[in-house]
Amino acid sequence: MVVPSLKLQDLIEEIRGAKTQAQEREVIQKECAHIRASFRDGDPVHRHRQLAKLLYVHMLGYPAHFGQMECLKLIASSRFTDKRVGYLGAMLLLDESDLSQGIQPVQGLALCTLSTMGSAEMCRDLAPEVEKLLLQPSPYVRKKAILTAVHMIRKVPELSSVFLPPCAQLLHERHHGILLGTITLITELCERSPAALRHFRKVVPQLVHILRTLVTMGYSTEHSISGVSDPFLQVQILRLLRILGRNHEESSETMNDLLAQVATNTDTSRNAGNAVLFETVLTIMDIRSAAGLRVLAVNILGRFLLNSDRNIRYVALTSLLRLVQSDHSAVQRHRPTVVECLRETDASLSRRALELSLALVNSSNVRAMMQELQAFLESCPPDLRADCASGILLAAERFAPTKRWHIDTILHVLTTAGTHVRDDAVANLTQLIGGAQELHAYSVRRLYNALAEDISQQPLVQVAAWCIGEYGDLLLAGNCEEIEPLQVDEEEVLALLEKVLQSHMSLPATRGYALTALMKLSTRLCGDNNRIRQVVSIYGSCLDVELQQRAVEYDTLFRKYDHMRAAILEKMPLVERDGPQADEEAKESKEAAQLSEAAPVPTEPQASQLLDLLDLLDGASGDVQHPPHLDPSPGGALVHLLDLPCVPPPPAPIPDLKVFEREGVQLNLSFIRPPENPALLLITITATNFSEGDVTHFICQAAVPKSLQLQLQAPSGNTVPARGGLPITQLFRILNPNKAPLRLKLRLTYDHFHQSVQEIFEVNNLPVESWQ
Amino acid sequence: MMRFMLLFSRQGKLRLQKWYLATSDKERKKMVRELMQVVLARKPKMCSFLEWRDLKVVYKRYASLYFCCAIEGQDNELITLELIHRYVELLDKYFGSVCELDIIFNFEKAYFILDEFLMGGDVQDTSKKSVLKAIEQADLLQEEMGLA
Repeated sequence: MVVPSLKLQDLIEEIRGAKTQAQEREVIQKECAHIRASFRDGDPVHRHRQLAKLLYVHMLGYPAHFGQMECLKLIASSRFTDKRVGYLGAMLLLDESDLSQGIQPVQGLALCTLSTMGSAEMCRDLAPEVEKLLLQPSPYVRKKAILTAVHMIRKVPELSSVFLPPCAQLLHERHHGILLGTITLITELCERSPAALRHFRKVVPQLVHILRTLVTMGYSTEHSISGVSDPFLQVQILRLLRILGRNHEESSETMNDLLAQVATNTDTSRNAGNAVLFETVLTIMDIRSAAGLRVLAVNILGRFLLNSDRNIRYVALTSLLRLVQSDHSAVQRHRPTVVECLRETDASLSRRALELSLALVNSSNVRAMMQELQAFLESCPPDLRADCASGILLAAERFAPTKRWHIDTILHVLTTAGTHVRDDAVANLTQLIGGAQELHAYSVRRLYNALAEDISQQPLVQVAAWCIGEYGDLLLAGNCEEIEPLQVDEEEVLALLEKVLQSHMSLPATRGYALTALMKLSTRLCGDNNRIRQVVSIYGSCLDVELQQRAVEYDTLFRKYDHMRAAILEKMPLVERDGPQADEEAKESKEAAQLSEAAPVPTEPQASQLLDLLDLLDGASGDVQHPPHLDPSPGGALVHLLDLPCVPPPPAPIPDLKVFEREGVQLNLSFIRPPENPALLLITITATNFSEGDVTHFICQAAVPKSLQLQLQAPSGNTVPARGGLPITQLFRILNPNKAPLRLKLRLTYDHFHQSVQEIFEVNNLPVESWQ
Repeated sequence: MMRFMLLFSRQGKLRLQKWYLATSDKERKKMVRELMQVVLARKPKMCSFLEWRDLKVVYKRYASLYFCCAIEGQDNELITLELIHRYVELLDKYFGSVCELDIIFNFEKAYFILDEFLMGGDVQDTSKKSVLKAIEQADLLQEEMGLA
């Protein structure tokens, strides 16, 4: 007959109702038998109830070990009720007796478990037990107890106060295991509390003494590794000394001699010695050490760099990188060795060497370093190319001795690693060239030659196209002292630009550059413009919206506004620092023509566009901008052209929002609210791709609540090449006259890694400023 | 502090995993998978250290097994190499010329030895003799208990 099991309340009542001890025992025994049977039968539904009863019984002092397995089963269950009781059982039933009375191996096991998985509550409960064990005679248990204490402090920092007092005494021990544990414990205490740190500064002399003894005489040979006495202990002491000596003059002074001694006496033929030496160097660099000692440390690192062991070279490079800011001149002395390391076959080593070399470039060594770095760029593995290229460009910008050298360097980088340079490299280079008037002829020739050889590197092609467009006349003029005379005739130039236009390798932005360049050449070249006109009209029916618009505009320029052509396509004035206003306006008109494609535009009737262009010539407002090829944010001048409401650079920018990320493809929203039209919100979505695969056929659709009006402009494209290629941008116009809360639902479809992806989601966390 | 130690074969089979920081099972599986991929892709001549997530990973290959430790930013990589070597020496002494099969069939012994050498991610005892003696005693105890 199955007796229904008692509820916990009933059991408690019954037990309390028992008048005598014997009666109580009877009740409990009966119930325990019941519980045992129920555990055996494996009844999952009431298991937690049974365990709860068992815990109550245990609390009263009766044995309850048979419940321990059930605790595990309950913990593994998915129901919260089960887990709760299960964990409680585990904590209560963990045999404390094992810790306090068990034989040593068992104590060891218990401590081990506690240190590996002890929860915060367990640690709190068992801290007193562990503290007692710290003072036990057996070193086997003590060393384990100490490390368990370390774990407890990591879990429950308040226990520091419990374990701080015994430390001082433990330091006097001779057993290496105990010493090691104690040092670790002290390190942990000091890292967590500044008060402990101050307290333990007192033991610095003692630590110094221990370490000195280790180094000179050694406690015993059983702890040595290849001639170095107990390297584990040495490293741990050095680490603690580092923490104690940091920012503290007095302690640092006490350590100086010892550190010098360790640094010079350690045998470095094997890894153990080098490990100790490495830790010593780290300590020297971190504390307030004497200058001579620091130089010694850097020299040791320099020696490491020459070590045949790859691992040692790696740690040396890493440490030198950390030091290059604070001890620049000392590290400079090892520059040749560092540069040697660039030739490493191991990628992680060469990456470190690259970072360090870049950090070491300064105005005196820039030419030599650049040579090395450029040689490296040619042969380095592809994942380092981008970093190397940007590093070289940055260093060139900071330390270029002459403009010509600078241009040469950038040119070289673009030809070798063009696809890996950052996007603003093109803008920087065009600005640089534009500013160096004496070098126009030189630049355009070099670029022409480079372009003639290779039209695949997009940044190079873009810069070259721009240059040829601007300075085409210089190219054809013939003489330039700095390179061999080059006879280029017009047809060749046009053919080259056409080749760029037609090549499938050219990005849409590049094509835009090429087309504009062709157009500019129409005023620079002496021959007739039929060929140019032909090309321009062909592209009037191009599928790419930007190109089409450009082509149609230029075509119209030829047909209806030919008299204006020369003025519009004038050479850009130099970018002067304090340029006169007139220059800037003329410049803006040029840039406006180029900027017109940067922002995605609906295909409106061309005539009105050109009319605005003419307006522009009379007076412009807005900021000077570099010819951007990615950035769609409209400047003041641009806006007239596009018939959008004026959007000055946002005074109080609403922060951008990242709304979507999947496998390296990201979608960002940026918000603009034009002050003149408070009901209007312009959202620009930018889709970027940092993965290894291209994103194609990208379409983004949006929906807003009924009270708002949404207008989507055409996107800049529907492909985002891999690895940070040209992003797609698209503009949404949202009219919100009632200031209703903005909600936005997006639907993305695209192909990625040969799979079609569709994502529909609502954008959360839209900033309040976007609709209030 | 060491975060975890993994032992795995060249074929990507996990032989031992010891975690010194509480992590969920799902998270552990993910980390193991990722790390194995990264380490197995390394060429033989490359250095033993690499950066992974926000940790430093020190690995060394002994015959067919990779011994892999993940340590934190301020830990000393070179001494971790010594640590790995010491563990291998302990295994070697215990099993007598240890090979992967020993670890496969006696994985609990491998764990016991590790637990005598490291605790909570830190070295317990720097003397090889002392660690081996403790294991011997534990084994003896186990036998005695078994007989009784």
